[in-house]
Amino acid sequence: MVSVAELLEVRDLVKHFPVTRGVAFRRTVGQVRAVDGVSFTLGAGETLGVVGESGCGKSTLAQVLMRLEPPTSGAALFEGAPMFDLRGAALRRWRRDMQIVLQDPYTSLNPRMTVGDIVGEPFEIHPEVAPRSSRAGRVRELLDVVGLNPEHINRYPHQFSGGQRQRIGIARALALRPKVIVCDEPVSALDVSIQAQVMNLLGELQAEFGLSYIFIAHDLSVVRHLSDRVAVMYLGKIVEIGTAEQIYRHPTHPYTQALLSAVPVADPGLRGRRDVIRLSGDVPSPVNPPSGCRFRTRCWKAQDVCATEEPALVTRVGGHPSACHFAEERSVVP
Amino acid sequence: MLLEVEDLHVEFRTRDGVARVLNGVSYRVSAGETLAVLGESGSGKSVTAHAIMGILDTPPAFVTRGSVRFHGEELLSASAERRRSVRAEGVAMIFQDALSALNPVFTVGFQIEEQLRVRRGMSRAEARARAIELLDLVRIPAARQRVREYPHQFSGGMRQRAMIAMSLALDPEVLIADEPTTALDVTVQAQIMDLLAEIQRERQMGLVLITHDLGVVAEVADRIVVMYAGRIVEQADTVSLFRSPGHPYTAALMRSLPRLDSKGTALETIRGLPPSLLRIPSGCPFHPRCPRAEDVCVSDVPGAVRLGFGRTSACHFAEEVVGGFGG
Amino acid sequence: MTDQIASLVVERPRGLFGDAWHSLRRRPLFWVSVSLILLVVLMAVFPGLFTSGDPNLAQLSRSRGAPSSEAWFGYDNQGYDIYTRVVYGARASIVVGVLATLGVVLVGASVGMLAGFYGGWLDAVVSRIADVFVGVPFVLGAIVILTTLNASGDAGPVRIVAQVVLSISVLSWPVAMRIMRSTAIAAKQQDYVKAARALGASSARIIGKHMLPNCVAPVLVYSTIALGAFIGAEATLSYLGIGLRQPVVSWGVMINSAKDYLRVAPHALLFPAGFLTATVLAFVMLGDAVREALDPKLR
Repeated sequence: MVSVAELLEVRDLVKHFPVTRGVAFRRTVGQVRAVDGVSFTLGAGETLGVVGESGCGKSTLAQVLMRLEPPTSGAALFEGAPMFDLRGAALRRWRRDMQIVLQDPYTSLNPRMTVGDIVGEPFEIHPEVAPRSSRAGRVRELLDVVGLNPEHINRYPHQFSGGQRQRIGIARALALRPKVIVCDEPVSALDVSIQAQVMNLLGELQAEFGLSYIFIAHDLSVVRHLSDRVAVMYLGKIVEIGTAEQIYRHPTHPYTQALLSAVPVADPGLRGRRDVIRLSGDVPSPVNPPSGCRFRTRCWKAQDVCATEEPALVTRVGGHPSACHFAEERSVVP
Repeated sequence: MLLEVEDLHVEFRTRDGVARVLNGVSYRVSAGETLAVLGESGSGKSVTAHAIMGILDTPPAFVTRGSVRFHGEELLSASAERRRSVRAEGVAMIFQDALSALNPVFTVGFQIEEQLRVRRGMSRAEARARAIELLDLVRIPAARQRVREYPHQFSGGMRQRAMIAMSLALDPEVLIADEPTTALDVTVQAQIMDLLAEIQRERQMGLVLITHDLGVVAEVADRIVVMYAGRIVEQADTVSLFRSPGHPYTAALMRSLPRLDSKGTALETIRGLPPSLLRIPSGCPFHPRCPRAEDVCVSDVPGAVRLGFGRTSACHFAEEVVGGFGG
Repeated sequence: MTDQIASLVVERPRGLFGDAWHSLRRRPLFWVSVSLILLVVLMAVFPGLFTSGDPNLAQLSRSRGAPSSEAWFGYDNQGYDIYTRVVYGARASIVVGVLATLGVVLVGASVGMLAGFYGGWLDAVVSRIADVFVGVPFVLGAIVILTTLNASGDAGPVRIVAQVVLSISVLSWPVAMRIMRSTAIAAKQQDYVKAARALGASSARIIGKHMLPNCVAPVLVYSTIALGAFIGAEATLSYLGIGLRQPVVSWGVMINSAKDYLRVAPHALLFPAGFLTATVLAFVMLGDAVREALDPKLR
């Protein structure tokens, strides 16, 4: 369900980290181009999946969108207002609308705080949301909503399993009734049987509270399951973006195709009968990305033009944008 | 039989009590076969491998019963000397985290050469030449230069390749791979799995692949053992297991998997949590989470029910589950 | 692997300090050091419980008298009762140790926390200043500071103690600062700090609620060991004649005045030196036990 009213619009977002040498006299010797010109929109109630391999910049994107790191350049409009310009009280007010769920359930909760303190902290930081007297009740409610026993309010994080801890993190993100939750690899640290429980919870919460998600993950099946639209990232850039159906059924960028075909399929009957694309080599360093198209060093379609001319992310075939000079549909998912 | 594990029991004596980590694990691997050991964290799949290799930390881990045989020779009671030589030349192991498995202060080449010189009595030059051959074999580009580099100069995929090369140095007959691709990206994971499968085929090695990933299992395994709470709950050839799982746990695991080819609504889940190994439930350890548990599951530990050739399931209702009734 | 299993089986509800206490309780070393420390502290607070003598009563007729049933530790050169002075000397030693530790930890830890949390130029400046202090050899630095402060001449006991505490603190704060700085840098990158920042938490809240509680352990261990070391440092400075001195009674002062008569009256040196060594050792052992209890990897 792609909504018309855009909640969030990101334009040409860039985040470079300087690479420095020397201790006393630091000098910059290069830039890690973690996010290098990313644009997308997010509608109300929509889930945008962001997939890519390690080093593609998806986690940096989350940090910048949460304003945990300042962007190098680019703009983002949240409900039409430029969110990177927010300061002071306006910034604090905006934080209520956008929250994050982090990957590691073991480091994302302060081990010295009880569950009640962790889930109640948003109300202490934003006291205007709930009067002091009602906070304990709100915390219990939140624990109940995410499927935890409200009686466990005085326990410490280490008394919970990984999946339960992730639920605590979700309850904390939910406390201020945000409009958008950025989920940065929320299930990748969990066992398969627990992963399904947390994914279902995220789905239920979205339906109940009308949330929008930016769902960042490296697991393509997980992203498929939850996303309305999907952006595929490679070395700091979006190489293809479209509805989940378009990306998974009719991918047009060679990287998307390779990525999808590399996912092992839990069906031994398909062994040796699938269209499998094997990429050679590893992802190049984001400090020195290849010229032109960044994927060309691993691409079987690469021609001279790929080294000289960077392909724009525009609609070429298949009705959705793809950043490849030679974009063509190839269905690789059986 | 190349490698046999029989009725292996291991417990961890911790200050909170005794954790029964393995409770009678048996499996066999023959030459040229890929056996997948599938399980979630805490199922005991890695501990079994560590017990085979004789690299459990004692204390807290103690092997209390069972046997591990390599070519019929009992390893658990063998001398430390004998175990070391089997570990080097008979059964080799690769780990999930290649960076911490490789020694950071020596070059990759040195770490391969060291074994060749100690075990095979090779000269420095011979060992170097062999190390380059091995790095070539695992398709590390520019092996001649790379052999002089340190582990941190390798990317994640390259490190995993280097570790495979190292484990192959002494031509082991069995290779145990403990989550070899879990830390890697999908495109690199595919390369490594291809490489392992190819080497295994060429050398007719026995490959024990320890993993939690049903997809990887479906793509490479000949046979599968599924572990839960330190027990083997199901054992079957890959095709039969995926066509008709014979244990409610396996069945539920498959249904809880998100799929690449369709957007589901809600995933089926396994309720509850894996049990604490300090207090494994009575009877069938899966009964508190099992959709079709009955009174007998609480009272009696199910034995391995035979479901056709080479297939067993540790469920009181195995025949009904495999027939598709419930589970 | 073992860690994984261990984390799977640990279920009992305990915080980190509860956990540490659980493990400490079972260590004989912990109990030995704690009893020794309690004994010395008791001496410092209520010397009257241990002796009815007067530490300032000099009976020259008994000069260098050997230990006897009447004076357990004998008499020193000036005829002071050594047992009584050892008991009364505990107070000065403990006071110097505790105050110096407090000074070092409060200054060092807060500066280290700010440097670790804010980083950037603040961290660079503070770290360089700390390097300068670390570069000064302790004894040399203390001699310079104390002789400068003493230049004015006679001083009361409070002022003497204050000078010694000040010089130890000035020379030792960089150690605590470095420990706190490195733990703070590690804690700052934890995901729970990110989550708090995403919620809009102020720096004060992040430092107070999230970083401090997770950073105190290493400093706590250091301060336990440092307390022992500072008692030793006090003795060293007093022995050199620049630390505590008359009218203050301390173990270092006693060792100092006994050193010239070591051959004729060794007991005058041995008893205070024995108490000093035992006390320092007790704090070091306690620090070791606490460190092992707080660090799960060593368990």
